[in-house]
Amino acid sequence: MTPTAEAIIQARAIEKFYGPPEARIQVLAATDLAVYPGEILALLGPSGSGKSTMLRMLSGLASPSSGEVLWHGRPVVGPCPNVSIVFQSFALFPWLTVLDNVEAPLKARGIGEPERMKRALRILDSVGLDGFEQAYPKELSGGMKQRVGFARALVVEPEVLFMDEPFSALDVLTAENLRSELLELWEGKKMPTRAVFIVTHNIEEAVTLADRVVVLGKNPGHVRTDFRVAMQRPRDRQDPPFHEAVDYIYRVLTQPDLVPTPQPEPEAVPAAGAARAKYPMMPHARPGGIAGLLELLADREGRDEIHHLADDLAFEIDDLLPIVEAASLLGFIHVKEGYAELTPEGQRFADAGILRRKELFRVAAERVPLIRQINRALANKADHSMPADFFHDLLDEHFSEEEAERQLETAVTWGRYAELFDRDSSGRFFIPEEAPQTAGDEVGSR
Amino acid sequence: MAFPQLARSLIRQRDWSILVDLLVFAVIVAGIYAVMATVRYWMGVATPHVHISRSPAALPVYAFYSLVRMAVAYLLSLVFAVSYGYIAANNRRVEMVMIAVLDILQSIPVLSFLPPVMLSIVALFPTRQVGVELGSIVLIFTGQVWNMAFSFYSSLKSIPRELREAAAINRFSAMQRFIELELPFGTIGLVWNSIVSVAGGWFFLMACEMFVLGNHDFRLPGLGSYLQTAASAGDTAGILWGLGAMVAVIVLIDQLIWRPAIAWSEKFKIEQVESASEVNSPILHLLRNSDVSRWVQKRAVGPLRERLTTRAPGATAVPASRTGNRGRIVGLAVLLALAVIVPYLLVKAALLLKGLNAAELVATLRAAGASFGRVAASLAIASLWAIPAGVAIGSNPRLAKIAQPLAQIAASVPATALFPVVLLGLVRLGGGLGVGSIVLMLLGTQWYVLFNVIAGATAIPTELREAASVFRFTRWQRWRTLVLPGIFPYLVTGLVTASGGAWNASIVAEYFHFQGKTMSTLGLGAQISAATDSGNSEQLLVSTIVMAMLVVSVNRLVWRPMYRLAESRFRLDS
Repeated sequence: MTPTAEAIIQARAIEKFYGPPEARIQVLAATDLAVYPGEILALLGPSGSGKSTMLRMLSGLASPSSGEVLWHGRPVVGPCPNVSIVFQSFALFPWLTVLDNVEAPLKARGIGEPERMKRALRILDSVGLDGFEQAYPKELSGGMKQRVGFARALVVEPEVLFMDEPFSALDVLTAENLRSELLELWEGKKMPTRAVFIVTHNIEEAVTLADRVVVLGKNPGHVRTDFRVAMQRPRDRQDPPFHEAVDYIYRVLTQPDLVPTPQPEPEAVPAAGAARAKYPMMPHARPGGIAGLLELLADREGRDEIHHLADDLAFEIDDLLPIVEAASLLGFIHVKEGYAELTPEGQRFADAGILRRKELFRVAAERVPLIRQINRALANKADHSMPADFFHDLLDEHFSEEEAERQLETAVTWGRYAELFDRDSSGRFFIPEEAPQTAGDEVGSR
Repeated sequence: MAFPQLARSLIRQRDWSILVDLLVFAVIVAGIYAVMATVRYWMGVATPHVHISRSPAALPVYAFYSLVRMAVAYLLSLVFAVSYGYIAANNRRVEMVMIAVLDILQSIPVLSFLPPVMLSIVALFPTRQVGVELGSIVLIFTGQVWNMAFSFYSSLKSIPRELREAAAINRFSAMQRFIELELPFGTIGLVWNSIVSVAGGWFFLMACEMFVLGNHDFRLPGLGSYLQTAASAGDTAGILWGLGAMVAVIVLIDQLIWRPAIAWSEKFKIEQVESASEVNSPILHLLRNSDVSRWVQKRAVGPLRERLTTRAPGATAVPASRTGNRGRIVGLAVLLALAVIVPYLLVKAALLLKGLNAAELVATLRAAGASFGRVAASLAIASLWAIPAGVAIGSNPRLAKIAQPLAQIAASVPATALFPVVLLGLVRLGGGLGVGSIVLMLLGTQWYVLFNVIAGATAIPTELREAASVFRFTRWQRWRTLVLPGIFPYLVTGLVTASGGAWNASIVAEYFHFQGKTMSTLGLGAQISAATDSGNSEQLLVSTIVMAMLVVSVNRLVWRPMYRLAESRFRLDS
């Protein structure tokens, strides 16, 4: 399937930012993206890369801060005329029966009782929900609920079907089953939908389903790569081309600085103006998680493919990437070409006992700007303490309020582990009495 | 179908259904008659001096009158609360203002409005009984509407984003969104707040029914006035009859209305898994299985819903931007009107206050101090007995089984209904109102503390208790490290509610017409009541403002930091 001439939905230089103009926080840098008929498009990216924002702007649920979204060449006001969404949390109305849930969109379109019921029953039948019409969503399993979600989305015969991580709230087997049923409907043209747009953070899912994969980077969100997957369906995970595609995406995702070299049959468009954030963001990983990764690598001769690690741990990229990023930020590992490799420091950490580990972590944490800043500020105060607001103000220029708080939380977790600083119940940062003063002094005198 | 058991059970079900249908018909007929009787009475000529009979035979009629007042006030509150919450949640332009207004109105003691509201509404209908009745209804309304409005507002604000988006992407009409998303989502909050509100409503209703102002006698025939008349006459049997009727009415409402309502509202729980513990109500079960309700559902509710939620064929969704303009114009008009009215009223108020001299102001402040002391004392006494009792009940399931229903019944008797009874005791013992009013405040407020402490003690995880026993904590250590921190968030909630109730009670408790005399003591509440009695409006205004300011600042300075502490340090769930 190749895109025919005209796009159904076309985004032109859409951007999203929050906050007042003088201190705005960019979520998504100016991006072009189009949805063509006949394709399944998967949007991949780490958390914070604006995947969901992108979906909401393309479907017309949210409007871009600048730029425009065109529906068949016409600017969109409000939700696009003929799209629907399958949500991650199913978003069914718990007080309506399955049938009422599926009929609700038809009511909104002014379709009367007999016709409505006929269409709803037909679609429920096609997603395998025959006999469940009068059940309430809470009586159904997760997989059944998402079937209702699909039925509700498909009953209006949408031209574009949006899906926001539709399988991530389901267990692995159920997800697999639903995925293949979706492909069956699509391949067998059993649904009148002309294009599917799926947001996911599961790389294999993207490669299994999509004709085209778009990978987003973060800080702010931007397109890192946009390529076609031309394999025949059903696709076999053991096939070399499948592997290559998965590997390629991993390499792009794990190396933020890498400008992707076009890989398997690329039409790659390296993102224009991949704007970098002014302030480096701390990955939200716990010291325990980082230690676990280092130990695992040490067991494997100090080197392994990140793809492998994720597989063996049954982690999705949103779980693993922050840990990898953190370990690399701390100088414990090197990430290159989709491989993670222990540095001598990392090897030493993996071999050390609890107390020695803390020391190594303390030294390594000095490389992290936010930790360094907090530590310096505290060390330079006579009473070694500072209100949280001080650091909040510092971060507010660069992050949304929510993200600023998360940054501080992660910093505190790290600071505690390293015994550098702590935060009390009122939110005040301080250097604990028994903390090794050398660390603070070192920083202070630098 | 060869199983005899099955056949029998089918027949039984039919029998029930007919009985229920007959019952429902009877209720409907009775209801029609009741409405007619009420209307005739309300439209009747106002009786300047109501004679309240002390005969127990009069109690059913009195209970009915009280109930009608409650019901009308409650329905008004419900409609208002839903509209207010809906508008506030859906209009970003007015949201801030509307919520700030709600916050302030919630903290002003409603009873300080009682005298002026009564006087002005009665003046509107000088010859009809409906004037006095409406006055009492408006007062109950102002007492119970705010928390309901706030609950509905916050429910709407907490609708999960994806549910909202599901409605938006399918372009639900505003009506369909309201009926299929917003109203169901707010229902549970509305039901629980209704229960709290109606309990509060009884408190005000009792006060309204026994209201005497200067030479006006606004006594309304009802349970409250019956109790007061009986107490005034020192009629112990009458008091007992009155209290019995009161408890019976409240228990009946609980069984016939609130329990079915709670059981029904379970349907609107947002949790996507079926919960194990469900409130069950036989009444609701019966109603659901009756032919009448099925008929109503099929012939009335169903078609109505169909009409409301289905967009008219051909009508298309109006893009959001077009409606925005009209909203802006309306908003601007409201703002302009406020910009004119508010300064005008402020100037008028300032002029009124100019007539006040320094001595009166000092007196007001002294009175404020006295009332403040009483509120604090009543809270302290309530905590002193309710914390140990609550912890004992909450940590011992067997005791809880016996004590909780009893306490609930005791608490359900509105404190104002007991005022005359307590006063009678005070008079007999020769005590003054200075200390007596603390007892009166305590009557209403101690239950809030008790129930919250019970809830807190129940919520302490068993494992923590076990840890305390394993490590052989001393009694003191146990209280300090386990019990007090565990109940702290609940205790704060209880105390906040109790202090609100105590301030309200101060207006009734510090100044009372009883047995033909006026009993009063130094206090802000007494000052408010006295000022209305003598028609001294500047005094009334300044006292009300002082009280409102006191309540608001105590909320900000004491309760809010406590809440914050409770939410951050003493949370058990994380």
